[in-house]
Amino acid sequence: MYTFSKRLKIFAAALIIIGSALTFIGFSNSLKSLDDVKAMLANESAHHGGGHQSVDNAHDAHKLETLHDNNAHAEVSHAVSHEDEHAEHVMHQIHNRPWSAVYVAAFFFMMISLGVLAFYAIQFAAQAGWSPLLFRVMEAITYYLLPGALIVVGIAYVGGDHIFIWMQEGMTTEGHENYDKLVAGKADWLNKFWFVGRALIFIAGWSLYRFFARKFSLAQDDAEKGDIKNYKKTFRISAAFLVFFIYTESMMSWDWIMSVDPHWFSTLFGWYVFASMFVSGITVIALITIYLKSKGLLPMVNDSHIHDLAKFMFGISVFWTYLWFSQFMLIWYSNIPEEVTYFITRIEDYNLPFFGMIVMNFLFPLLLLMNSDYKRLPWFVIMAGVVILGGHYIDIFNMIMPATVGDRWFIGYPEIGAILLFAGLFIFVVFHSLSKAPLIPKGNPLIKESEHFHY
Amino acid sequence: MEASKVIHAIYTDDDVLMAAVKKVKAARYHIEEIYTPFPVHGLDKAMGLAPTRLAICAFLYGCVGLAVATLMMNFIMIEDWPQDIGGKPSFSYLENMPAFVPIMFELTIFFAAHLMVITFYLRSRMWPFKDAENPDPRTTDDHFLMEIPVSGDAKTLEDLIATTGAVEINLIDKSH
Repeated sequence: MYTFSKRLKIFAAALIIIGSALTFIGFSNSLKSLDDVKAMLANESAHHGGGHQSVDNAHDAHKLETLHDNNAHAEVSHAVSHEDEHAEHVMHQIHNRPWSAVYVAAFFFMMISLGVLAFYAIQFAAQAGWSPLLFRVMEAITYYLLPGALIVVGIAYVGGDHIFIWMQEGMTTEGHENYDKLVAGKADWLNKFWFVGRALIFIAGWSLYRFFARKFSLAQDDAEKGDIKNYKKTFRISAAFLVFFIYTESMMSWDWIMSVDPHWFSTLFGWYVFASMFVSGITVIALITIYLKSKGLLPMVNDSHIHDLAKFMFGISVFWTYLWFSQFMLIWYSNIPEEVTYFITRIEDYNLPFFGMIVMNFLFPLLLLMNSDYKRLPWFVIMAGVVILGGHYIDIFNMIMPATVGDRWFIGYPEIGAILLFAGLFIFVVFHSLSKAPLIPKGNPLIKESEHFHY
Repeated sequence: MEASKVIHAIYTDDDVLMAAVKKVKAARYHIEEIYTPFPVHGLDKAMGLAPTRLAICAFLYGCVGLAVATLMMNFIMIEDWPQDIGGKPSFSYLENMPAFVPIMFELTIFFAAHLMVITFYLRSRMWPFKDAENPDPRTTDDHFLMEIPVSGDAKTLEDLIATTGAVEINLIDKSH
């Protein structure tokens, strides 16, 4: 049995408090009036030299601007009112930033949990023999899924058009100044009511699977020798869950991420987000397992288990790169304006995070985890794991931020605050769940194989 | 050849073989070779063989493949016959790099895989028209053969092997 140590509790609580404080600072900093923004812009253009030029440049890069172009609004050729419009636009971006920062961090930690849930279901559906020793760690991580996912949807609902431009008033009303023909055409899918409805269906399905899998896993512990009824039940619901998951995960990624750019779409987006969540989830399993092992709580976990997790981290990192590149190359090559704007914003305004993320998510794990001996060294796996998690946070950051804050991004108070806040919450929930059941699922029929697992 | 005499111990089960290998190694005998019909997991470690360096070769071959692809595409698409494809004039390798990534990837795999197989064959001294080294054709079906050179007293070694569950023990003179 694991007991949630007081020190770790205090650490998690400290993360939550510091994180909340920083997030609060982020929100209060963002409350700028139009005049503040105008003064700020005047100041910026004075620094840049040719003021008007920089304003124009910024305009080209804005996603929102392309939305505006669709209505008569953009035809106003008055230089003065154009600048006013720009200032208002920038003001909105500044207001959006803390919302987006909180949303990115909330999604990132939810995604870890969801990735682990899929990994857990795969272990059962494949009847994997090496992993049962890690099941309690996985079950604990997935405990965060229900609260985490509800928080994400809550932020989306409350944040509204701070994150999702299609939630803006009048987007689908013909004649309204915000009217957008393309968004109006998607209104049957992209409306707030159905958005929340879908989200609740997804979350209900995932949580039901998680609830029953956990229940059967605990019941299997107390079962008589030779009675594997509960294991068989988990096998069946895992297979069913995986089918449900791959559809809902895809739709979830359209809803919760892709729709921040409602004009843009990519058909493999669901897979791409899945690769991100899968590798982050496996990395967190490895990190928590190594932590527990270092406390002497998982004595049967040997370096072959760590090796296998690291192999997955390596393999799925490459898989992520494959999907990322597949999406990028087709859009880059065909160069269709409405598609390629997605990558142009990212390369122009997000150059460092965009290319830095490829280094962190691909080159780094590729070179670090290629050698099979290194995959067995816990400190090496931790080092690679921290970089992978950082890289995938930036991946989500790159998915959301360009649509909501444009070039007004920075990793500052709201971003770091939100990461700390949700990291604290995540640690609190996960380790609380870990302390609720024995760390070894002794009733699992494959536990002997897992204990003797040796590569 | 110093060890002119060898013992061929034949087993019919891989688990029995593994136990036998551990026992023979514990008695500090050197095992020259083991012939098996299929790969037996952990046998190399039990025999005390040095870890394979094939992975290092694979990495180096992959690097060669990547380099070949880069140079090849640079020559074909940039230097020799630059074209304007889809509004992307090919005057710079770096700017057109995304288009070459699939080729770079494929050739990396191609070189690593093929050269690794060839290296493995050569390292195992297998090439076309070579006679089989396999001493007993049954090891290609369902028998396992352990070859131990006899350096001192053959009798004690035979007794030891007899206790490990071998179904057949043959003393072979290899000096011819």
